[in-house]
Amino acid sequence: MGWISPRALNRLGMLNMNRRNVDYIARYNERASYPLVDNKLKTKLVVAEYGVKTPRLLQVVREQHEISHFREMAEDLAGFAIKPAKGSGGKGITVITGRDGDEYIKGSGVRVNAGYLERHLTNILAGLYSLAGTPDVAIVENLVQSEPTLARYSHQGVPDIRIVVFRGYPVMAMLRVATTASDGKANLHQGAIGVGLDLGSGRGLNAVQFNRPTLLHPDTGLALENIQISDWELMLEMAARCYEATGLGYMGVDLVVDANEGPLLLELNARPGLAIQMANGQGLLPRLKTIEKLKRPHFTPQERAEFAMATFAARA
Amino acid sequence: MTNPSRIPFYVAVLLLIGAGISLAIWRHMELGIPWLAGEQRPVWMVEARIDFDSNNGPVLASLNVPEQPPGFSIISEQAASPGYGFSIVGKNGNRRAEWTKRDVVGPQTLYFKAQFVPSDRDRPDLSARKPRAHDVFWEEPQATAVREILDQARERSSTPESMTREVIRLMRPDGANQNTALLASDGDNISLLVKMLNHAGIPARTADGLRLEDARRRQQLMPFLQIYNGSRWLTFDPKTGEQGLPDNLLLWREGSASLLDVVGGDNSRVSFSMLRQTVPALQLATMQSKSNSLGYLGFYELPIEEQSMFRLLLLLPLGAFVVAFMRMLIGIRTSGTFMPVLIAVAFVQTALIPGLVAFVAIVAIGLLMRGYLSSLNLLLVSRISALIILVIFITAGLSVFGYQMGFNTGMTVTFFPMVIIAWTIERMSILWEEEGVREVLIQGTGSLFVAVCAYLLMSIPLSGHLTFNFPELHLVILGLILLMGQYTGYKLTELRRFSPMKVYD
Repeated sequence: MGWISPRALNRLGMLNMNRRNVDYIARYNERASYPLVDNKLKTKLVVAEYGVKTPRLLQVVREQHEISHFREMAEDLAGFAIKPAKGSGGKGITVITGRDGDEYIKGSGVRVNAGYLERHLTNILAGLYSLAGTPDVAIVENLVQSEPTLARYSHQGVPDIRIVVFRGYPVMAMLRVATTASDGKANLHQGAIGVGLDLGSGRGLNAVQFNRPTLLHPDTGLALENIQISDWELMLEMAARCYEATGLGYMGVDLVVDANEGPLLLELNARPGLAIQMANGQGLLPRLKTIEKLKRPHFTPQERAEFAMATFAARA
Repeated sequence: MTNPSRIPFYVAVLLLIGAGISLAIWRHMELGIPWLAGEQRPVWMVEARIDFDSNNGPVLASLNVPEQPPGFSIISEQAASPGYGFSIVGKNGNRRAEWTKRDVVGPQTLYFKAQFVPSDRDRPDLSARKPRAHDVFWEEPQATAVREILDQARERSSTPESMTREVIRLMRPDGANQNTALLASDGDNISLLVKMLNHAGIPARTADGLRLEDARRRQQLMPFLQIYNGSRWLTFDPKTGEQGLPDNLLLWREGSASLLDVVGGDNSRVSFSMLRQTVPALQLATMQSKSNSLGYLGFYELPIEEQSMFRLLLLLPLGAFVVAFMRMLIGIRTSGTFMPVLIAVAFVQTALIPGLVAFVAIVAIGLLMRGYLSSLNLLLVSRISALIILVIFITAGLSVFGYQMGFNTGMTVTFFPMVIIAWTIERMSILWEEEGVREVLIQGTGSLFVAVCAYLLMSIPLSGHLTFNFPELHLVILGLILLMGQYTGYKLTELRRFSPMKVYD
């Protein structure tokens, strides 16, 4: 892999971990707002007030004894996702895509029984996946049906779109696509592909897997640069709207495109990772500085999304 | 959302670091706490032996003992004399050791021992008021001789010091001077000098000094001449006129009091023997701190058990510093932020290699058992609790097994923090299931690497010495950690992580 000199990184405007923590997260993110994003249930409720759609909530399991109700509820559901409310990095999320008699079929194709899911719920309640090991609640959501044009790029799972929002302005975006290497998960360090997206158009710019540039999806063989996200402006506006909902100045907004309901918010992240820069082949710093220098910020999410589309569009 | 000025922060950090360093330097100078661990200091053990023949009745023996001899400080005093009551009485230049006993028969021997350590500290002037030259009456023909000598000396001098030197020079017996010969016929040169200087208006007195040479016995005191120059007493050698004291000279008696008084005894003598010892400088400082008002700033006053606990506790900031450095500047991933520090502290007690072996063994066995536990579908708290008990079993098993195999070091595994190890196993096991073995190995070796670095830093004798004896140096560590918290530059590992970006440069 080799090394890169700090000067070259500076030239590229690469945001690094320490700087992100000190100059952006610590400065722009109010500690009091963290619970809003660290708890998916709270996120769902608060963004709903601002007109941002999320996958439909089916059930909340708060106590051990409520687990028995889960079986009744899940009885006639074809697909759903169980998530720990305080989980991070996709930990503890179990996706059920179908049924086979009494058995449930996981996203990976593995069949599990109801007992397995109940144990999983128990683990979630005990706090196994929560940020500090604190007791947690489990939420059961409607399964997201990935939009077919995007779904064909992904090996299992639903591709999701990460947009970094700074002071309400979308500043950078990428699409995360699962691969066999990532075991159907959209986690970049597990081998998922990150596709940098042009903020101006929602078109694929550049793709990386394991931090190395790639052109084609290793499983499907599709050219990643041809990706075009539909409803792009709406998605940017949704992301911008989350700033009003949470007040977090620097955050990551994770969206998916549902075949039936359109763009949905999956979760918010108060400490978004840095890999998005590699997927875009560009550093975040110049864009963050552009926003910081704005004398008169725009007031509505729509204006901010339009500003971002105009300012950060890829120059052809 | 403004960018607050960082200047107050940097000033505060600089003040913190400055305060830590200057406090350490100050304590080094005041208390003599050494910078290095093994430093040795010479100490003179001086023993005064008093012999006398009793008159078969009550006895009071009183010996002048030094209070603050110039160039030395006293670190201990004791008397050995069976059957005698003993106490040290008096202050301000006349400090006396007194032995008392009701019925005394036959020849007697009393001992007084004191330890002196060379020191450069200025002693405060003890005399409450300024000494004045007392009047001396001379008879003829001495009066004329004295006047002539003093006139001669005064002509060739300008200060009390030079005057004293001139008088001593003129009074030297070999000088072919009639006046000198006349005066010196009395024999007692030094009391003559004292009288003459007082006559000349310079306060003067005698003092007794002891030449310190290793392993000398039956030494006598040597007389010295002291004059008061208006601000302090100065010492002169009455034979050569040399001013000041040689390094190895201890002034045992200053002022006009007698050296030894014995009431109820005859034929009293005092003689001195001495021994040069070396004492660790630290022990010396500890002893002195008890008498010094600054002593409360250290841990020496605490019971030994608490001291040894603090010794370990005060190493923790070093470990925290290493972790902060490794994570923020190097970017090494560890499992649990400060788990490596606690492991490093355990290594300090177990020694490195046995500690490493035991730790890896415990975690590996624990991971295997955790695999079974996970299939039992327990609640998290009870799973961790079970794991803690298993970890205790494993350590106990390793200790017993190691002992039977003849490794005594096996016993020391009990120093590992059980709860931390249990959590480590739990976290590693989840990491294994979720991210795979690779991530477990990365974080595991990262943790061990940081722990070993912290251990290496903590186990340097110097760091243990400095952290315990100069606890104020922790302010410096604190300042450095605060400074590191402001570091927004690239971590070393990021230079590698972002290296694919070279393509876009």
